Amino acid sequence: MAIQDALLAFPWAVALIFLPLAGALSCFLFPRIIRTLGLITSFSIVVSVVGLGWQLLEQGSYRHTIGGWSPPLGIELYADGLSLLMLATTALVGFAISIYSTAYFKPTLAVKFWPIWMCLLAALNALFLSADIFNLYVTLELLGLSAVALTALTGSKEAFSGAMRYLLATLLASLAYLLGVALLYHNFGSVDISLLAAQIQASPAVWAALGLMAAGLALKTALFPLHFWLPPAHSSAPAPVSALLSALVIKASFYIFLRLWFTLFEPVVDSETISTLLGLLGCAAILWGSIQALRQTRLKLLIAYSTVAQVGYLFLVFPLSASMGSVAWNAVAYLIISHALAKSAMFLSAGNMISFGGHDRIADLDRVVQRLPLTAAAFALAGVSIMGIPPSGGFIGKWLLLEAAVTQGQWYLVAVMIIGGLLAAAYIFKVIGYTFSPAKVMHEAQSVSATMQWPALLLAIGAILLGLLYVPVLSMLSISDVVIASGVGL
Amino acid sequence: MNPANFYALIGIGLFSVGLLGLIINSHLLKKILAINIMGSGVFLVLVALAKRAENLPADPVPHAMVITGIVVAVSATALALSLMLRVASETGHATLPDEVEK
Repeated sequence: MAIQDALLAFPWAVALIFLPLAGALSCFLFPRIIRTLGLITSFSIVVSVVGLGWQLLEQGSYRHTIGGWSPPLGIELYADGLSLLMLATTALVGFAISIYSTAYFKPTLAVKFWPIWMCLLAALNALFLSADIFNLYVTLELLGLSAVALTALTGSKEAFSGAMRYLLATLLASLAYLLGVALLYHNFGSVDISLLAAQIQASPAVWAALGLMAAGLALKTALFPLHFWLPPAHSSAPAPVSALLSALVIKASFYIFLRLWFTLFEPVVDSETISTLLGLLGCAAILWGSIQALRQTRLKLLIAYSTVAQVGYLFLVFPLSASMGSVAWNAVAYLIISHALAKSAMFLSAGNMISFGGHDRIADLDRVVQRLPLTAAAFALAGVSIMGIPPSGGFIGKWLLLEAAVTQGQWYLVAVMIIGGLLAAAYIFKVIGYTFSPAKVMHEAQSVSATMQWPALLLAIGAILLGLLYVPVLSMLSISDVVIASGVGL
Repeated sequence: MNPANFYALIGIGLFSVGLLGLIINSHLLKKILAINIMGSGVFLVLVALAKRAENLPADPVPHAMVITGIVVAVSATALALSLMLRVASETGHATLPDEVEK
């Protein structure tokens, strides 16, 4: 029992931030064993998340005051069901991508990839554990800078331009967010989210802070029409990096959006106008992203535009949360995880197809189904979740959203979601169709190792299995100590 | 108007000028400078608003935030400048390609 108590008291949340930082440093120091170090760190993150999850199940939401300094002066780490869900998604997707990357990167690129990826992992974990809006700014910047560095990794012309555009967008977004933080701090004298939530009142300064923070975070999440940076950046990065960016990085800024909206802004501002606006932008993102995806001739650009469309679904939670709080809330959590799993599987399988054929022209995929069956299966299964066909995580998320929309009589949302699903089916079947047909020109094909095929397939299977794990996932989500007006645990 | 609010308004002004510069200039160096001007604007707002009343000492917390912000801004600028040089050496000009969506 002594061991059990010691494990239960262990600060797993601190380990989640410390381990990847230590991993990043040791990757710099020992480039010879860089893959082993990276894999060990990724695996230790999975273990720490399990430890933190156990802690949360036993003791409820978790707080850790760093160095014993309590807020408002000190920095506090905070974990509840939503953070745990995001951390678990990050750990699992990150581990799969780490395994894939051991085979994908040649030694010259590996020495650059692993340290930055470990920094990115530290930034993501710190972000999901932060409880104050200034610390969130710092983690957002850490995340943005490491994501940009990873985007530029291949060193091609497209990669540099894409990374530059991404960097300018992400810096602009961070500054807008920081100005919002300045206004909130000036008015309420605190940056701790729970202290702020206790004393926030509607005032012009709060409106301005809401506008600045929402615009900044929407730009980072690539909400239509602020998505201009996403397709070039996500399509020109190496495959494992594209997977990280689409699956995890944009979810991080959305997570902050979600948390700030439901704890700080929704209770005090007249939120109906803004939430309707966010919903309309989400609808536009679904339609525009899906149509653009359908028009693409390159595989990675198609997947990147599909991300733009799927981000739109996430923003539908805001107009639907008014009276159907918990349903919309569960829906958005489901959409976040299933999109993370499915989209990383898609980008990894796209990476396999590119390594295999040396190009990503959709029309020349040349019988991938027969020659890379595992990869083709991964792409198809991930597609099932993206389209929202049962039984898959994507289906549950979209079904819950539809249910909320029908109950509230928001018919335009229902229509957009159904059209979005059909368009998703169209662009995914377009790819799958070409994987069956032989190309007009024969290509030199390279072999693809099993280390690169299995992670993609396992992630895709995870996205499907998520459709069957409804109860445990939602019970994990409900760990919380704050219950806000609309009955949503947060 | 007390001096604190005056400086805060100047800060907002710098932020807006920087934003305009970021949008209308196509040269990457000018864009990076514009981002830095926006950052200075935000820092000025933070520093100025720390003085809550004439007879009280200034609040040190925003000052600490500005120091953190400056560290972030330095590293971001370094990354941006080195990326700009790579873009310029790969493409021959330090601007972003106008139309990449195809």
